[in-house]
Amino acid sequence: MEVGTKDHAELAEIFNKDEERVNWHDETLWWIRAKRDKSVHQLPEWEALREAASNVKFNVLSHLNTYLEQFEAAAKANGVIVHWAADAKEHNEIVHGLLKENKVTQMVKSKSMLTEECHLNEYLATHGIEVIDSDLGERIVQLAGEPPSHIVLPCIHKKKEEIGDLFHMYLGTPSNMADPQFLTETARGSLRETFLTRKVALTGVNFAIAETGEFVVCTNEGNADMGAHLADVHIACMGIEKLIPKREHLGIFLRLLTRSATGQPITTYSSHFGKPREGQQMHLVLVDNGRSVQLGRKDFRNSLKCIRCGACMNTCPVYRRSGGHSYHTAVAGPIGSILAPNLDMKKYADLPFASTLCGSCSNVCPVKIDIHDQLYKWRQVLVKEGYAPTGKKIAMQVMATTLASPTLYHAAGKMGRATIKYAPFAVNNKLNAWYKEREMPAPPKESFGEWYAKNKK
Amino acid sequence: MSSRDKILAAVAQNKPEAMPLPHIAPFKEIGYTDVIGQYETVLTAIGGKVHRVNNWDEIKTIVKEKYNAQNVRVLSLVPELDDVATSAYEINPAAHHLADVELALIKAHFGVAENGSVWVTEELLGHRAVPFICQHLAAVITSSNLVDTMHRAYMRIGLETYGWGAFIAGPSKTADIEQSLVLGAHGPRSMTVFVLQD
Repeated sequence: MEVGTKDHAELAEIFNKDEERVNWHDETLWWIRAKRDKSVHQLPEWEALREAASNVKFNVLSHLNTYLEQFEAAAKANGVIVHWAADAKEHNEIVHGLLKENKVTQMVKSKSMLTEECHLNEYLATHGIEVIDSDLGERIVQLAGEPPSHIVLPCIHKKKEEIGDLFHMYLGTPSNMADPQFLTETARGSLRETFLTRKVALTGVNFAIAETGEFVVCTNEGNADMGAHLADVHIACMGIEKLIPKREHLGIFLRLLTRSATGQPITTYSSHFGKPREGQQMHLVLVDNGRSVQLGRKDFRNSLKCIRCGACMNTCPVYRRSGGHSYHTAVAGPIGSILAPNLDMKKYADLPFASTLCGSCSNVCPVKIDIHDQLYKWRQVLVKEGYAPTGKKIAMQVMATTLASPTLYHAAGKMGRATIKYAPFAVNNKLNAWYKEREMPAPPKESFGEWYAKNKK
Repeated sequence: MSSRDKILAAVAQNKPEAMPLPHIAPFKEIGYTDVIGQYETVLTAIGGKVHRVNNWDEIKTIVKEKYNAQNVRVLSLVPELDDVATSAYEINPAAHHLADVELALIKAHFGVAENGSVWVTEELLGHRAVPFICQHLAAVITSSNLVDTMHRAYMRIGLETYGWGAFIAGPSKTADIEQSLVLGAHGPRSMTVFVLQD
C-alpha cells in the first residue's frame, strides 16, 4: 500500500498522464454505476430498504459489545474457534500462529479487505509463507505486485493487454493473448490446482449473525467456497463492525449489497458458514484495529455502517479520474477517505480533501452513510489538529485575513483582476494549482461591488 | 487484560446511545403476481437456464441429451435421477475425489424469484464442495417451492440449524478483466434449474 510519501494529488497526477486511460477508467466505472441504477429502480421499496439497513446498523453500533458476546457464544457452541485481535499486528500473528500450528507454509485466500488493511500477505511473506489470492482480480494485482485499486473490482485499473502480459510471464500463456475468456480459463486451471492442494484457506466475512453465530461470505466466482470446502483449516477474518443482529436481517442486506455493487440482484454465492465440516477446523478472527476508537468519534462513527459495496467509488468524480491507487490506503474512494484518517491522521490527512463534496457518494450508499458530510468534518478536524499541508495552511490564513477586512478584500479583488488582465503569466504557471488542466477565466471589468456603487439609484 | 476484554470494554465505553431495531414486517408482504415467470426471467438474465418440467422422466431426457454418463462423470444426489448418473454419491470426507465431476445433480430446498437463486444446505449435497467443484450444476426444485423475495426466504428458513447453507444464483462468473463477463470462474460453467410441477 505504501506509495512512498506522495499524497493523493501527486499520485493522481501520475495517473492523469495517460488521458485516454483516465477516460476509459472513468467511463467503465460510470457504466457500473448505471447498472446499479437500473437494478435499483426495479425495486419500489429501495429507499425503505436503505432506511431499514441504516437503522439496523445504528442498532448494531449502539449494542455492539452485547452482540459481539452473543455472537461469540453462539459461534463457540457451533464448534467455531473464536480469536480476538486488538490491532493489525495481533491479527497477523494469530493467522501466522495457526499456520505454524498446522505446519503449513502455503495458504489460499479469497477476498478480504481486512487482510489488505492489516498487510497480512506482506507479513506472512517475511515469515516464509506463500499466500495465493484466489479472486481473479486479486490474483492479477498480486502477480503485478500491486495492491487492489478497488474493493469490489481489484484490477479495474488494468487493461486486458497488461493482464495478458502478466499471464504470459507467470502462467505461461502465449504472448499477446488478451482475450478475457482465454485468460480467465487459464487462471481457472491454475487456481484449481491451488485449491486442491492447500490445507489452509482464509476468507473474509460479509456479515456475521449475533443470533446464530454463523457468518456469510459472498462471491461471484465461488473462490471462497472452493478454498474453504477443500481445506482442512478455514480461517475467516472480520472487522467487529460486520455483525448484524438476526438472520432475518440478511434479507435486507443481501438485497442491497450486490445491487449497489454491480447491479446484480445477488452474488452467485451467498454462503452461510455455521459449523465446521466433520474433521475440519474453523477459526474466526474478530479484529478491532481502530474500530472501537472510530465508534467513539461522534461525527465519524457512522462510517462503521459500511458494507463494502463500492458504490461510492463507482459514482465518485474524483475516484473515477484519479484511480484507486492514488488513495494510498486499502479501502480507496470516498468511504476509504473517512476510514483512513481514523487509523493515522498524519499519513492520510490528504484524503478528505480528495473530494468535490458533491454528495453523490451519500446518495448511492445503501446504508445511508453521510460520507460527504464526514469528509467535510474531517477537513476541519485535520486543520485544527495541525495536519493540513503548510501551503494550504498559509493560503487559508491569507484568505481568512482578507475576507475579514473589507479594505483588504476590495484591494485583493482589484489586484486579482489586474493580474489576470495585464500579467497572466503570474497565474498561468504551474505554481498555481488552479491552472492545472485548465485555463484561467477572463477577468471581469469590475467587481459586483463596483458595479453596484455605479448603478444604485 | 486480554484483547477480547480490551475490545469489549472499549466498545462499551464508546458506543452511542441505544437505538431500536426497525420494523421490517412490511417487506415480507412484497410479492410478484407471476412468481415462476419472475424466477425464470431473472435466472436467465444472470446466465442460468430454467426448464419447467412435469415429471422426472422429462428431466432425465434433458440430461441425457447433453451428458452421456458413460463418457463423463455425472454425479447424482437425487435418488430419482440415479439412472442418468455415472454413480450415486458415496460418502467421502475428502472432496478431492470430486475433481472430475462433469455434472452434479442436486435437490434444492426452494428458489427465490427476485434473484433467481436456490437455497441449499449440506444435507442435500453429500459434501459442501459438490456445487462448486463440478463443471456444470443442475438443481431440482418443485414449483410450489418458490418464494418471492429474500425476506420470505428467511421467513421460510426461520431458525433452522445447518452446518453450511448457500443461496446459489446461476453459474460461477467473473468480470474482473475489463468488465467482460466470463461464465465459469472457479465453479460451474453452467447452472440449470429444473422447476418440477407439483
